[in-house]
Amino acid sequence: MSRQLTWRLGPLSRRVDLVTLMRLALALLATLLLVMLSLSLGKVVLSPLEVVQILLDRQGSLQGSLQGKGLPFIVEQLRLPRTLMALQVGAALGLSGLILQAMVRNPLASPDLLGISSGAGAAAVCYLAFFSLSLGPRYLPLAAMAGAGLAALAVYLLAWKQGATPLRLVLVGVGVSALLTAATTFLLVFSPLMTTLSAYVWLTGSVFGATWDDTLTLAGWLLALLPALVWLARQVVVQQLDDSLAQGIGVRVQWLRASLLLLSVALAGAAIAWGGAIAFVGLIAPHIARKLVPPGFGGQAVMTALTGGMLVMLADLIGRTAFLPLDLPAGIFVAALGTPFFLFLLIKQR
Amino acid sequence: MSPAVKLGSAAALLLLCTALSLMTGASWIPPAQVAAAFFDPDPMNIDHILVSTTRLSRTLMAVSVGASLAVAGALMQALTRNPLASPGLFGVNSGAAFFIILFSSLFSLASLQAGLWCAFLGAALAGALVWLVGNLGQGRLNPLRLVLAGAAITALFSAFSQALLVTDQQGLDTVLFWLAGSLSERDLALSAPLLAGSLAALVLALLCAGQVNVLNAGEEIATGLGQRLGLIRLLLSLLIVALAGSAVALAGNIGFIGLMVPHMVRRGLSIDHRWLLPGCALTGASLLLLADMLARVAILPQEVPVGVMTALCGAPFFIILARRGGRRE
Repeated sequence: MSRQLTWRLGPLSRRVDLVTLMRLALALLATLLLVMLSLSLGKVVLSPLEVVQILLDRQGSLQGSLQGKGLPFIVEQLRLPRTLMALQVGAALGLSGLILQAMVRNPLASPDLLGISSGAGAAAVCYLAFFSLSLGPRYLPLAAMAGAGLAALAVYLLAWKQGATPLRLVLVGVGVSALLTAATTFLLVFSPLMTTLSAYVWLTGSVFGATWDDTLTLAGWLLALLPALVWLARQVVVQQLDDSLAQGIGVRVQWLRASLLLLSVALAGAAIAWGGAIAFVGLIAPHIARKLVPPGFGGQAVMTALTGGMLVMLADLIGRTAFLPLDLPAGIFVAALGTPFFLFLLIKQR
Repeated sequence: MSPAVKLGSAAALLLLCTALSLMTGASWIPPAQVAAAFFDPDPMNIDHILVSTTRLSRTLMAVSVGASLAVAGALMQALTRNPLASPGLFGVNSGAAFFIILFSSLFSLASLQAGLWCAFLGAALAGALVWLVGNLGQGRLNPLRLVLAGAAITALFSAFSQALLVTDQQGLDTVLFWLAGSLSERDLALSAPLLAGSLAALVLALLCAGQVNVLNAGEEIATGLGQRLGLIRLLLSLLIVALAGSAVALAGNIGFIGLMVPHMVRRGLSIDHRWLLPGCALTGASLLLLADMLARVAILPQEVPVGVMTALCGAPFFIILARRGGRRE
């Protein structure tokens, strides 16, 4: 039997499983290694040592060899924000998927299926087709986020009928998602080639050209959502039960469901706004995490965030290094990397 | 209304849609002319030629594809016991799309015939892969594993397609229309084998309806009733791949019907698969015909991809039905 630690602090009390803790530490280590790798690889290949030197150097006192070639600029202004952006986008999408899967009790649920991604996608393609000439790309994240929010609101309102049951939420979500995807395809087919191309790249998902501004804004969003996540983490488990059973043990089912949906939309919406409609992370990261740590929402949540983050980081790393001088969207490689690993886990498991 | 009456009215609706589909298009052909085109054809009359060539083949195609997708969807949802499952989950759509894109960028696909078989090959391959992974390491097919393997492999193939499309930007514009689903410019003679195949699969599916009911009752009950679970699941998987594979080869990516029509019919008709499956076939065919008619005339002289039109017509209706479900689930 696995050993447990207990941590008592009022409503924040947790029981921590040692096995989970060990595996999370390993995953964290892997994530850090991947960040280092991502910082050192690219058109200019650096050794990890050089990267550390550059990162630790605050006074510009480096030897000329490193300073001269603009290496600090490459690492600190180009690679670091991009890597952190990928990490955040993946983590947020993964968490959003984990919450949705727990909430609607269906392993196929993901932000892609519930209209969140397609809402953001439709809004973004609309923006690219009609407004990007006059307004520039600056407001694209806002448009995408608004699209995600509106789509989720529409799903929730349409599914509401003396409460919203998981199945109805999912079915209405699928319907709304189909509508929005159809609208997106329509716009894609009938817009000029340039728009089609930029929209297609956006829909595939890419963290190309992420700046510190973008990265910090997204980090701010995610930090703001963190308390809600921690608070709701204990309650999520109840959603796995029957509605009447959950009510019986004193949970306000509808409130919990609405707040979980809101949280998951906020996570996915923020991630998609800056990372594009990267599909599949939201679906696969929770499943991978579930196979890596023992049951328990807290551990799974952290593992999902790390897995999702690593997945997108690695995908972006491959996208920008493997096909030089091409810089391919990260979204392409997410599935290419995630699928074999996931299938391996699936087959290995009895 | 009894299920039989409902089924009858669905059949009547399908006949009506078929007749309308022969009349509608860039030019409206009155019913008398359509009838004359069949019973008293005049080789010099443009309307007659139009009806008996393009419109007839297009209509037949829509009926077959719509029915196949809807029935495949119903079988898939029964097989996986997941209301979110669609025939696309067997990887058929993304497999077919990937093969089309791959071959058109490698060999610049010359004929439609080649494209047709290429798509079917991709669909079959992806379906087999999903089934294998869903089955590996375990005695029996586990619905959850099947669904997860399907989702993963679908994503894998679409990622490959995306990679090819992003790097080959010229190809994007031509393939995009196919990916969105289209029934235009399909030659009846070329697609005849696939049409016949899907018809056979449809009949077989209807014959299996009773077995599907038993399977749906749950694994233990099915075993207790003497059903050979492994065999029936394999059969259903084969049927789904055949139906959905030929549909995607004929008409491209029409994602909506397989997922939603079974839900509509379940709400409107019956949950008994002996009624459900024929109901799905009729409703799916009618829906696709309607969508195709609208797609032809909505923005003349251009055509809307029928996949887009299907979702636009069907989704609002689907949402209303999903809301009507009451609080039971």
